[in-house]
Amino acid sequence: MKILIIEDEKELRETLVASLQKEQYVVEIAANYGDAIEKIGLYEYDCILLDITLPDGSGLNILSKLKVMDKSENVIIISAKNSLDDKLKGLDLGADDYLTKPFHIAELNARIKAVLRRKNLDGKNTIEIGNLIFDIDERTLFVNQQSVHLNRKEFDVLNYFLVNKNRLITKTALAEYVWGDQIDQADDFDFIYYQIKNLRKKLQESTADISIESVYGVGYKLVEK
Amino acid sequence: MKLLNRSLIYLSCAFFFIIGIWSVIFYYNLKDEIRDSIDDGLENNKLLLIHQSKIDSTLLKQSEFGGNNFEIHPVSKEKAVLIKEVYKDTLMYRLNEDDLEPVRILHSAFQHNKNFYRIKVISSLVEEDDLVEDSFWSVVTLFLILVGSIIIVNNVILRRVWTPFYVILDRLKTYRLDQDDNPIDITTKTTEFLELQKASNALIKHSKEAYSSQKQFTENASHELQTPLAIIINKLELLLESENLKEEDAQTIANVIKMVERLTQLNKSLLLLAKIENKQFPNQELVSINKLAKEIIDNFEDFADFKNIQILVEEDSNLNVTIDPSLALILISNLVKNAIFHNTNGGRITVKFEKDGFEICNSANNVPLVEENIFVRFHKNTSKSQGTGLGLAVCKAICDFYGLGISYKFKENNHCFTVDFKKIISLE
Repeated sequence: MKILIIEDEKELRETLVASLQKEQYVVEIAANYGDAIEKIGLYEYDCILLDITLPDGSGLNILSKLKVMDKSENVIIISAKNSLDDKLKGLDLGADDYLTKPFHIAELNARIKAVLRRKNLDGKNTIEIGNLIFDIDERTLFVNQQSVHLNRKEFDVLNYFLVNKNRLITKTALAEYVWGDQIDQADDFDFIYYQIKNLRKKLQESTADISIESVYGVGYKLVEK
Repeated sequence: MKLLNRSLIYLSCAFFFIIGIWSVIFYYNLKDEIRDSIDDGLENNKLLLIHQSKIDSTLLKQSEFGGNNFEIHPVSKEKAVLIKEVYKDTLMYRLNEDDLEPVRILHSAFQHNKNFYRIKVISSLVEEDDLVEDSFWSVVTLFLILVGSIIIVNNVILRRVWTPFYVILDRLKTYRLDQDDNPIDITTKTTEFLELQKASNALIKHSKEAYSSQKQFTENASHELQTPLAIIINKLELLLESENLKEEDAQTIANVIKMVERLTQLNKSLLLLAKIENKQFPNQELVSINKLAKEIIDNFEDFADFKNIQILVEEDSNLNVTIDPSLALILISNLVKNAIFHNTNGGRITVKFEKDGFEICNSANNVPLVEENIFVRFHKNTSKSQGTGLGLAVCKAICDFYGLGISYKFKENNHCFTVDFKKIISLE
């Protein structure tokens, strides 16, 4: 999988590269408008992360060019502006998603996975790990061909873990994903432990090949046994 | 005091003094003039009498005034020489008035056929007190007429002349920097008012610039903070994934992440406040508050369950309002969140949908909140709270944006927040 990061801020770019390499992606970078235009003209990418505020040109122009080339559907816009206008413009130009800075690495992973899955969709939208079959469209989980009932929140939590396999998910990132970014009372995140406990129990009872590990009390990580 | 009345008072005082002084001077002039004229008459009478007495000597025997206005007495030469011609005011009994009345008298002497006579000629005098009284009332009448005409002139002319001033004043009184776009524009040819208009517009322009740059600053600053915050969070998250990290170092990193996340939330809330103030929510849609609130409550159910909080919903009516959907979501979810996180363990929340208001109450610890501080930015009731202290300030900003009322009440050991949606309620 080949991913292009178009981002002018060096530190953020390097962090994203480091994180995406952990997911075994081939990562290329463009630090400015000119580089970006050159790269998208020359190569094919499975996913493009596009910062729309570049010093030497608008990311929206790059998006228009991609649209002309019919390549805009695998673009995720990264913007410091949570502006509805920009969002609508971007999505109108065919971008797949719009992510506002600052974001969690887990969130970015989830969005990229969604883009890649849609791109390579061969009739089914499922994640298969070990003896698990997780169907995102049908919202079902099968372990050893046995259906495991998950409530709405448990399904969302597990979905987030599965697209972030082996990666740390902080409690805040999880809460924001499942309960929306309206969540901002950090002191009450203890209740997440409660949710995880229920999920772990269900996974254990169905002898799933995965487990959710605690990481330094700050977050969790899904690992394959 | 109104300008009209004030100028009236000043003018009246001025008239009072001017007319007062003028009337005294006029009175004395008039009196002098009358005396002069009477004295001339007396002199003339005297000459006529002396002339007549040469023809008709019976006149010389007229020693009493009687019906006539003169008397003549013979005197010795020595005495006659001493008599000087003199005019005097004196009192004399008048039959018709049955009283002593003032008269003008001329004392004089003359010689006739080597005899000397003394003559007194009188003429009735204008009654002084009558004159004073008459003059006084005329002056008072004049004064009243003047003041009356000033009132009329003030009311008709000055009011018309000052109209542009009151128009400018009215515009300034109701001017809202965040709402009015047009400068003050009045039709007048008066230089002073044109100057006033110019000065007011200059002031408005400066204030607008300061206002918008302040608003812009918050928004820009918040935007500029987003990228550094993203870098910090992402780098720390990556760092936490390192293989050989000591437990306590990981804890430290985790704590830093928590703080950065708080900073992020703070920044988001500030940005939201700035955006509301900058009117960046122009969407107007029909939103069912009942439906929205129930969705939010549903979403927060896990939190409520975790704290053993019971949520009761009383739907007395359907609240359909015209509002920006994202602002409606923020408003209601902030109130619901507040009710959950500031609740007691095992407490309860009551949500009521009334005719044109939404009320949410949560159990309290017998201590009411300080009403005037609740909606103040960064005000926190307890230092242990991890919130940004902006949640209710955001609610207030949203309500202000639509002109809605939001209020707090402490009833029966419950914190109750009410939003009055009357202004934007949809009747469809």
